[in-house]
Amino acid sequence: MTNSEMLIPEANDQQKERGLWMDALYRLAQNKASLIGGGMVVLLVLMAIFANYIAPYSFSEQDRQLTDAVPQWVTVIFPTIKPYAEVSDKFPIGADYVGRDMLSRLIYGARISLVVAFVGAMISLFIGTIYGLTSGFFGGRVDNLMMRFVDIMYAFPSMLMIILMMAFFRSSFAESEPGTLAYVMNSIDQRFGGMLFIFIGIGITAWMGTARLARGQVLSLREQEFTLAAKALGASNSRIIFKHLLPNVLGPLMIRVTLSIPGYISTEAFLSFIGLGVNAPTPSWGSMISDGAVAIRTYPHQAIFPAIALSFTMFAFNFLGDGLRDALDPRLRGTQ
Amino acid sequence: MGRYIIQRFLWMFLVLFVISMITFAMMHAVPGGPFTQEKALPPEIIANLEKRYHLDEPYWKQYLLYIDNVMVPHVSSDAAPEMTDEALIEINLPGGRYLRWINFGPSYSSRSRTVNDIFREQLPVSIQLGVISMAIAITIGLPLGVISALKQNTIWDFLGMSVAIFGVSMPVVAMGPILIWIFGVALKWLPPTGWGAKPPFTLFFIPNTIGSWDFWKHTLMPAFAVGTGYSAIIARLTRASLLQVIHEDYIRTARAKGLSERIVTTRHALRNALIPVVTILGPMFAGVLTGLFVVEQVFGIPGMGKYFITSITNRDYPVIMGAILMYAFFLVISNVFVDITYAWLDPRIRYD
Repeated sequence: MTNSEMLIPEANDQQKERGLWMDALYRLAQNKASLIGGGMVVLLVLMAIFANYIAPYSFSEQDRQLTDAVPQWVTVIFPTIKPYAEVSDKFPIGADYVGRDMLSRLIYGARISLVVAFVGAMISLFIGTIYGLTSGFFGGRVDNLMMRFVDIMYAFPSMLMIILMMAFFRSSFAESEPGTLAYVMNSIDQRFGGMLFIFIGIGITAWMGTARLARGQVLSLREQEFTLAAKALGASNSRIIFKHLLPNVLGPLMIRVTLSIPGYISTEAFLSFIGLGVNAPTPSWGSMISDGAVAIRTYPHQAIFPAIALSFTMFAFNFLGDGLRDALDPRLRGTQ
Repeated sequence: MGRYIIQRFLWMFLVLFVISMITFAMMHAVPGGPFTQEKALPPEIIANLEKRYHLDEPYWKQYLLYIDNVMVPHVSSDAAPEMTDEALIEINLPGGRYLRWINFGPSYSSRSRTVNDIFREQLPVSIQLGVISMAIAITIGLPLGVISALKQNTIWDFLGMSVAIFGVSMPVVAMGPILIWIFGVALKWLPPTGWGAKPPFTLFFIPNTIGSWDFWKHTLMPAFAVGTGYSAIIARLTRASLLQVIHEDYIRTARAKGLSERIVTTRHALRNALIPVVTILGPMFAGVLTGLFVVEQVFGIPGMGKYFITSITNRDYPVIMGAILMYAFFLVISNVFVDITYAWLDPRIRYD
C-alpha cells in the first residue's frame, strides 16, 4: 500500500467531519432566532465579565441619604412612585431599600445567573453523558443497575430535594468544625458568595435527563456496523465510547442541554427568592426581586427591573436553544 | 392493566418511604435542635421539652414513632384527645370509640398549633390556587397549540408561538411582581394581596364563595402568574405533537374516507396528539407547586408554601417533615395517575 492510498480515506474522513459541523454552523447562521438569541447571550456574557468596568458603582456601596431614590425618568414610567420616592439623578435606574445602585446590582447579578446557567449545563452534559454512555454501551446488568438508580432518583420530587439540601447545607455546614470536609466546603461557598451549594443542588438533579437521552442514543448506535468495525479492529472500550459514539450523540445532547439552561436560571432565581440562594450582599436577580416585591406598591422599580432582566436572559437562552434545535436537528422542530 | 396499577402504587409507597427517611436523617443531622435560641434556655427546660416531644429517644425510635403516628390508624375511646394527639382524619366508631388516623404531631415553633392545624387551614388555600393555575395552564395552552398546528406557518401560528416563547421565558418569580404592578398598582383592577376564601370548605378545599367575584378577584393574578408559563409549554408540545400526527397515514385515510375535517381533527388527530401532552402533566404539577411557594410569598396568600419556607429556617422538624411528605405524596400520586392514564391511552407502554 502506498502512502497516497493511505491518505485518501483519512482525508475524506476529515472533510466529512468538517462538513458536518460547518453545515450545522451554516444552518445556525441562517436561523434568525438563534442569531438573535446568541447575540443577546453574548451581550449578557460580556456584561457579566466586564461588570467591574461597566457598573457605575460597587454592588454593595450604600448611600444612606438616597434610599429608594429614583431618577426623573423612572417617575414617568411608574407614576405611582411620585409621592414616596426621592428624585435624584445619581442612580441611573434608581436605588434599592438601603441606597445601593440598582443598575450596578443588576449588572453584577448577571454573573450569578450566567455562572449557574453554564455550570448547570456543564454538570448535566459531563456527568449525564458519561453516565448514559457507560450505561448504554455496556448494557445488560450494568445498564439495568445504572438505569434503576436513575429511575429512583427521577421519582423524587427534585425541587423538594433541592430545597431540603440547600437548607441542610446552609445550616449544618455553617457550624462545622475546622478541618472537616464540611468546613472546607462551607469556606469555598463563602468565598463564592454562596454559589457552591447552588451548583451542588442543581447538579444533583440536572444530569439525569441527559443520562437517559445519551443512553437511548447509544443503545441504537452500538448495534450499528461502525461500532462493530471498531471493535473488530481491536479498539478499546473507552476509544469506542469517546471517539465513535460520543460525536454521534453530541448533537441531541447539546440541544437538550441548551434548552434546559433557562430552567437552571429560574431555579437559582427561585432559591435566592426564598432565601436559600446566594449570600448577601452578593446580588442575584432572585433575591433582588424578593427584596423588591415587599415594597412593590410603593417602589415598583425595585422588583420590576430585576424581573425584566431575568426574563430577558431566559428569553435569550430559549431563543438560542430553539434555533440550535432547528439548525442541528430539523426533525425535532417544535418539540419540547 | 391491574398489575401495572398495583406495581405503580407499590413504587409510590417505596418512594414516599425513602423520602421520609432522607428528610428525617437530614433534619437531624443539622447541629442544634429546634430549641436552640439566641438566648439559651436552661438545660432543665430543654430536657423537659425534649422529653415532651420524644427528642431524647434514639433516632430510630423517633422515626418509628413518627411513622406510626402518620401511617397507622389508632382506635381509642377518649372523646377529646390531648392536643398533640389530634388527627387529621377522625371517624366515630360504634361504642363510643374513635378511629384516628394521620397525626403529624405538634409544631415546635408555634406551640399552640399542631401540624394538622396548619394543614387544615393553609393547605386548602394552596390546593385552590394550584387547581386553578393548572386549569388556566391547560385551557390556554391546549387551544393555542391546536390553532398554531392547524394553521401552521400562518400569522396565527407565528402569533401563538411568539406568545408561547414569551410565556416560557417568564418564571413565576418575574411574572408575579410584573402582574401586581400592572393590574394591582397601575390599573387598580385587582387587589394586589390577600385571599378571598375562608374555611369551612366543601370537600376539604372548595370554597363556599366560589361563585363570588370576591374570591376570583384575589385568585386571577396569582393563578395566571403560575399558569402562564405552563400554558406556554403545553402549547408548544401540543403543536409539535399535532403536527407530527397530522402527517400520519391514518389521517390521510380518514380524509380519503370523506370524513369532515372537524371529525378528522378531533377524533383522529387530537386524540393521538394528546398522549405526549399527558406525560408532562406530572412534572408540571411539581412546577406549579414550587410556583406556589413564590406567589404565596409575593401575593401574601395564607397558603402552605409560606409556612414551609419559614419552617425550614425555624427548624420546625414536624412541620418540615409533614410538609415534605404531604407535597411528595401529591407529587408522587399525580405521577402515578399520569403513568396510569398514559398506559391506558397507549397500551404499548405497559409492555416495555
